[in-house]
Amino acid sequence: MTKGTLNFSTSKLFPVFTLLAILPIWEVMVRMFEIPNFLLPAPSSIYQAFIAVDPSRWAIHLWATLRVAILGFCLSLVISLPLAIFMVKSKFLAKTLYPILVIIQSTPVIAIAPLLVVIMGAGEAPRLAITCLITFFPLVVSATTGMMSTPEELIELSKSLKASAVKEVWHIRLPYAVPHIFSGMKVAITLAIIGAVVAEFVAAEQGLGYFVQFSTSYFKIPQAFAALLLLSTLSLLLFKTVQLIQYLFFRWSLPKDKF
Amino acid sequence: MLPHVTFEGVGHTYETQDGKNVCALDNINFSIKKGEFVAVLGPSGCGKSTLLRLLAGLFPATKGQVSIYDYPVAAPQLNTGIVFQKPTLLPWKNVLENVLFPIQYKQGRVSRKNKESAANMLNMVRLSEFSEHMPHQLSGGMQQRVGIARALLMDPEILIMDEPFSALDALTREQMGFELLDIWRQKPKTVLFITHSISEAVLLADKVLVLSPRPAHIIADITISLPRPRSLNTINTPEFSAYTDRIRQLIYHPNTNARSSVSGDKND
Ligand SMILES: Nc1ncnc2c1ncn2[C@@H]1O[C@H](COP(=O)(O)OP(=O)(O)OP(=O)(O)O)[C@@H](O)[C@H]1O
Ligand SMILES: [Mg+2]
Repeated sequence: MTKGTLNFSTSKLFPVFTLLAILPIWEVMVRMFEIPNFLLPAPSSIYQAFIAVDPSRWAIHLWATLRVAILGFCLSLVISLPLAIFMVKSKFLAKTLYPILVIIQSTPVIAIAPLLVVIMGAGEAPRLAITCLITFFPLVVSATTGMMSTPEELIELSKSLKASAVKEVWHIRLPYAVPHIFSGMKVAITLAIIGAVVAEFVAAEQGLGYFVQFSTSYFKIPQAFAALLLLSTLSLLLFKTVQLIQYLFFRWSLPKDKF
Repeated sequence: MLPHVTFEGVGHTYETQDGKNVCALDNINFSIKKGEFVAVLGPSGCGKSTLLRLLAGLFPATKGQVSIYDYPVAAPQLNTGIVFQKPTLLPWKNVLENVLFPIQYKQGRVSRKNKESAANMLNMVRLSEFSEHMPHQLSGGMQQRVGIARALLMDPEILIMDEPFSALDALTREQMGFELLDIWRQKPKTVLFITHSISEAVLLADKVLVLSPRPAHIIADITISLPRPRSLNTINTPEFSAYTDRIRQLIYHPNTNARSSVSGDKND
């Protein structure tokens, strides 16, 4: 047991080591080949750009993006779970809705974004809608697949106890789908950041995506890089949060070797 | 006396998704008296699980009628306990919670008495130490025993078991068979027991139904009049081997000495 845990925590640190190893190489390369700042800024100049911006300004942009990403993700979750339940319980709905979902999914959200802004105005609504659209598909598909993969015998057990359809979904199908839903959520939460950034590219006056665009238009490339790194960190943290929620509340649903 | 369970001219045809018909059961007729232990023997894929599902009321037969005390089975009956062929435990509940699941699911809560009887059941299937374990931490046979405990907890009037011991090793299997007989003697119930094992069927049952390959019809309906209580010694008696030999004959040469109950036209 102890050995297992030890291996687990050191292997977790490997990506950190890799990053720490890359930074000095990056710095040296940029200096050695005199790569101009607007092509690839050195880590040191990114850091300088980062501290040059007032923390409260960072906070405002960070919060704007985070807010849209989380709200959009939650909205998507609230829509997709009931939808998945209806599709599992009704063959008719599954047959009619699924093709529509696939069509929506195959339309590039980036192309719909300007339209949504025109339709919904320049407020937060189109940003939420875009985030919702982009995170929606993995959530519906994972929830549907999970509920459909419930063994027939469990459904029969439920039937033999004369349980209602609501009970069957709530106590058997949904819990059975939890591991699938979490896989879907891990994909969706990172897509949510992408959705929020895309929305900011189209119409926004705040947010890290907006800040990247704003910085590049003034040729402040190191500053754009700093915002970019912040975005990746944010995305990673959200992903880890989903993982943590699964670990804390649905530990049984984790892959068995992680026990 | 009125039989407890009756199958009259029961046939079942599945419609597969690509529109083909699979005839699983063909003209099944038999009845089970109250408190009788009936074993069903038949080759793989002949329709045994289908028979079980019809009695459980999970879906209606496409032909004929299944009745309990002369009432047609139209829906699942609460006084029926089912042990499925595959162990079907809920992966998010531990062993004890799984055993209690039907009560929890039905009533929304479990009493202390329920918990005590669940613990007794787990003791009976020799899993007391594992009551806090999660299903994936158990072997297939242990999971199956949890399923048996779960079906027995509500003390059902009718117990339907689909190859309950098939995942167990020979030794445990025999022990579990005797345990089952013990429970059945203490709390009499009507049992429909599906198995692949001829000796298991003869050892446990009052009556053995031998099914033909698909579509299944009954090729023999044999009353086992070995004295009870049965024990390991029963297996060594000449009467016991006479029964198993006869059934083996029926399965390998169904046409020579079968008391066939159907004309034998296969229509799938
Ligand atoms: N839901 C279904 N749809 C279509 N065909 C089915 C379905 N369930 C069973 N069948 C078919 O009916 C036949 C009988 O199945 P059943 O499960 O009753 O057999 P069985 O006797 O229990 O077999 P085994 O001993 O291997 O468990 C099989 O040929 C199977 O292909
Ligand atoms: Mg079967």
